[in-house]
Amino acid sequence: MMLDIRDLSVVFTDRGAPFTAVDRFSLQMEEGEIVGIVGESGSGKSMTAHALMGLIRRSAVTVSGSAVFEGTDLLPLSRAELRQYQGRDLSIIFQEPMTSLNPTMRIGKQVEESLRIHEKLSRAERKARALDAMALAGLPDPEEVYRQYPHQLSGGMRQRVMIASALVLRPRLLIADEPTTALDVTIQAQILETLKDINRKEGTAILFISHDLGVVKALCSRVVVMKQGEIVESGPVDDVFYHPREDYTKLLIASRPKREKLRGGGDNE
Amino acid sequence: MGKTLLKRAGLLIGTLLLVSMLAFVAFSVIPGDPTDSILGIEATEEQRLALRAQLGLDQPIYQRYWSWLTAFVTGDFGQSYKYNMPVSGLVAAQAKVTLVLAAVSFVLIVVISLPLGLISARHQGGIVDRVVTVLTQVTMSVPNFIMGLGLMFLFALVLKWFEPKYIPLEDGLGAHLRFMVFPALAIALPKSAMTVKLLRGSILGEMGQDYIRTAYSKGNSQGSALWRHVLRNAMIPVVTFLAMAIGDIMAGSIVVEQVFTIPGLGRILISSIGNRDYPVVQAIVVLLAGVVVLCNFLADLLYRVMDPRIDGR
Repeated sequence: MMLDIRDLSVVFTDRGAPFTAVDRFSLQMEEGEIVGIVGESGSGKSMTAHALMGLIRRSAVTVSGSAVFEGTDLLPLSRAELRQYQGRDLSIIFQEPMTSLNPTMRIGKQVEESLRIHEKLSRAERKARALDAMALAGLPDPEEVYRQYPHQLSGGMRQRVMIASALVLRPRLLIADEPTTALDVTIQAQILETLKDINRKEGTAILFISHDLGVVKALCSRVVVMKQGEIVESGPVDDVFYHPREDYTKLLIASRPKREKLRGGGDNE
Repeated sequence: MGKTLLKRAGLLIGTLLLVSMLAFVAFSVIPGDPTDSILGIEATEEQRLALRAQLGLDQPIYQRYWSWLTAFVTGDFGQSYKYNMPVSGLVAAQAKVTLVLAAVSFVLIVVISLPLGLISARHQGGIVDRVVTVLTQVTMSVPNFIMGLGLMFLFALVLKWFEPKYIPLEDGLGAHLRFMVFPALAIALPKSAMTVKLLRGSILGEMGQDYIRTAYSKGNSQGSALWRHVLRNAMIPVVTFLAMAIGDIMAGSIVVEQVFTIPGLGRILISSIGNRDYPVVQAIVVLLAGVVVLCNFLADLLYRVMDPRIDGR
């Protein structure tokens, strides 16, 4: 087993009464698997991912439970120990491609950054591997994009840059935190296709987080449904999609815009 | 970029023209006449008129401005009425003193505020941060001539670190700068306080941005996220602020020169205004405006280099 999360809880103690954002979350993932987490905003799905990546380590947040990745529990690691995993074995892409890139740094440098941090390579080797990752992420004309700045790219392109920089060290696990939510429907489909390709070619396991059960169905083999920090339902994606046991899951399915509506030019999100 | 440069250069010249015109008009509006201070109050009306004609003061203002301007662009700054010598010679030495004072002040601002801003942002809420916050709040609200008097009292009279007597450059660069540090500090401290506050806020603002989360997710330590990602973005507003501060630094120099009895532009400017010595005042005003406009121009170029989003606009 590649990843074994058991009873992961995230409790905020910032103001007044403690707030439990994630409550005893458990999930097992195998190499090369694509697993989805769905739920509405505030259900704790992103928080779970960020806790796993070590991105919410603050004194006012208590993260408990265990998250064993390749035999090592990530949660008790020190910041310095965890950094050895971040960007190398575990990578993440975020919901907001418009703001997740440094506006004053060239794309190439941002894509190479994990290489610079984790490996000793010459400038030329770094560039070659960055261009390679950019091609893998489906960026047209990587050489050109390498020299550009984020503001010169569209949202979809920026998300591909994020994917390239997450994949540059070929991590075992990619966490995709609502990667297509901020994008157009057509771009969304293309990005999903790219993620599928990467999974197939590189065997990268993907933990895919979305509020859209339809998108999860198109990509994942298994799905976990979250509500208010807790898992309400989980299983193979087709089972959950076609035979939901929980009312909440039914609601999530029903809230998807129908294909007919889309064609009719309805006001989907 | 070339077009931008050209536009900026045009703006620079336009600003200088406007400033010189305003100074000219201001002088023709205020009461008093240079012939009073040259001839004294016992001169006859004929002598006065003759001198006015000799100085060209009987001509209408636009003609006077035009002849001043045409001479100025050829490098002829005119003759001082009072001292009867070329303005360029009179102003050059004093200008050097003031420019050194302003430059030392600017360096001090940078040297003081960048590390303090960085440290207090990095250790937000820590002891250094809290001390710095209180100090900046206090320092910011002290005007620079009061600051000058305070520093003079503390360092010259109590600690005896320096003699409160001007040491010219001719006595050696080291001694000159050693003296200049104190008046420069009087100018720099209030501005440094503002810069620290601005930089701290700017860094903390950038630290909360999404791209910093991305940086951490790649395995950056807090230090490298700060150096490689935050600093450049956080410096953009600070650079703009520092460029604008240069005008204040020049104005501050003129005031602080009085406190420390430094023979800079401030002293000659004030006495020349009293004497209605137009050519001297005019030259100094244009010189000061020139420095300010030029520094803003340079800051603008730097700003473009730092922020790729502002390109070719």
